[in-house]
Amino acid sequence: MAEYLVLIYENEAEYAKGDQGVFDEVMKAHNDFGSTHHAALRGGNALQPTSTATSIRGTRTDSVTVTDGPFAETKEALGGYYLIEAPDLDAAIEIAKQVPAKFGGVEVRPVMVFD
Amino acid sequence: MRVTRDLDLAEECAQDAFARALTAWAADGVPERPGAWLTTVARRRALDVLRREAALRRALPMLVVDDIEPSPELGEVIPDDRLRLMFTCAHPALNQDAQVALTLRLLCGVTTAEIAKAFLVAEPTMAARLTRAKKKIALARIPYRVPDAEQLPERLDAVLTVVHLLFTVGHTAPSGPDLVRSDVVERALDLARMLRVLLPADPEVAGLLALLELTHARRATRTDDSGRLLLLDEQDRSRWDRDAIAAATPLVRESLRGRPPGRFGLQAAIAAVHAEAPSYADTDWREIVALYGVLLARWPSPVVALNRAVAVGLADGPAAGLAELEPLGSEPALATYAYLPAARADFLRRLGRYDEAATAYAEAALLTDNDVEQAFLRGRYEEVRSASGH
Repeated sequence: MAEYLVLIYENEAEYAKGDQGVFDEVMKAHNDFGSTHHAALRGGNALQPTSTATSIRGTRTDSVTVTDGPFAETKEALGGYYLIEAPDLDAAIEIAKQVPAKFGGVEVRPVMVFD
Repeated sequence: MRVTRDLDLAEECAQDAFARALTAWAADGVPERPGAWLTTVARRRALDVLRREAALRRALPMLVVDDIEPSPELGEVIPDDRLRLMFTCAHPALNQDAQVALTLRLLCGVTTAEIAKAFLVAEPTMAARLTRAKKKIALARIPYRVPDAEQLPERLDAVLTVVHLLFTVGHTAPSGPDLVRSDVVERALDLARMLRVLLPADPEVAGLLALLELTHARRATRTDDSGRLLLLDEQDRSRWDRDAIAAATPLVRESLRGRPPGRFGLQAAIAAVHAEAPSYADTDWREIVALYGVLLARWPSPVVALNRAVAVGLADGPAAGLAELEPLGSEPALATYAYLPAARADFLRRLGRYDEAATAYAEAALLTDNDVEQAFLRGRYEEVRSASGH
């Protein structure tokens, strides 16, 4: 078995203009996903929008800078993630296909293992 | 090989068994029960590899294998390892260039230098591409197995696409002095024949093999002695490989039994109509238009639409063909596709609209890097220029 991080990238603007109905629908979808894939889930969180992000460059140097905003400005921004466990990439992809991402998509990354 | 756990060992092993099969089959013909024959070779190789495995394993990256242990009798129920490897190489998580390169490297045993040459990139570039793909297979745990029944059609389509792409790369070399790279074509044919042995009941596998065999049957007539490109209407049909055509015909019938028929089966059917036509003029163009219509519905692609338009021109005359080509001019996918202006040029030439034809031939010549195709287009350009009085 291996761990994969499923990163959810979506267009935040769509959420900003969405009403309570959109929010309820997405919440329900995540709850359904959570209960269906309970056995494979090792963690997960939703993030506040990139308007709340702070980027810090040059960490552990003398020239550290702190700026407002996400690390990279993209149309679809990281908005949440799930940590899942799966025997191989095919199984991970099958789970990732079920992750709600109404306004974007997801990226699957294997978690590095240090022996 | 099923029991080996790393990609480099699988690579060596698959390559070797494949080479043995080809050598033996070339000498003795395809055995009565190729499946059993292959299994025996694969088993012998697996045992060889097992002996070395313990020593090598630790140094090499892990390859994911099924949790199910192989049964002690390696019977026909166990899918061939090379089939597993094909599904790994053509995994959708790898980009298509990498899929094709890996297939050549791992299944056909083609060297990195040769692959680089076929794809017109520097050897270090190809080596880096292969290394990256192999690393991803290991680190992301891309599995080494035949997908389950639910996934199989989609994943098999990716495998067939890789083999078809390989054939196309060889059949019309993207650039350089020769139209065909016969080594690459042969590899693609070998893979298609192997898939046919391993998946004898699949209509699309039959369709792909038929398509490649039928196209390959015309190989001797595609250029003249000086290397000039010959179109279908100029080819000497008496030199088409009639044995290959006869062998492919039952495969075409089989491939069309798919419900609905798949894209390779349909393309094979089109190739079969050409192969059976006594001459270019006596080709059943209406049948070809109809087959392209079905193909277009099943596989909407601008290139298929272009082929259909060309067939319409041959069935109903150049004006009808030109009208069919018209909407394709705004298709972004065809913007740099030499065959579109080449087809338009041909219809314009037949209609006697020489000035417009010259412009279209010039445009087409700019869009291909293949010397043989360029020479053909330039020749036609000169022809219509002088016809128009320039």
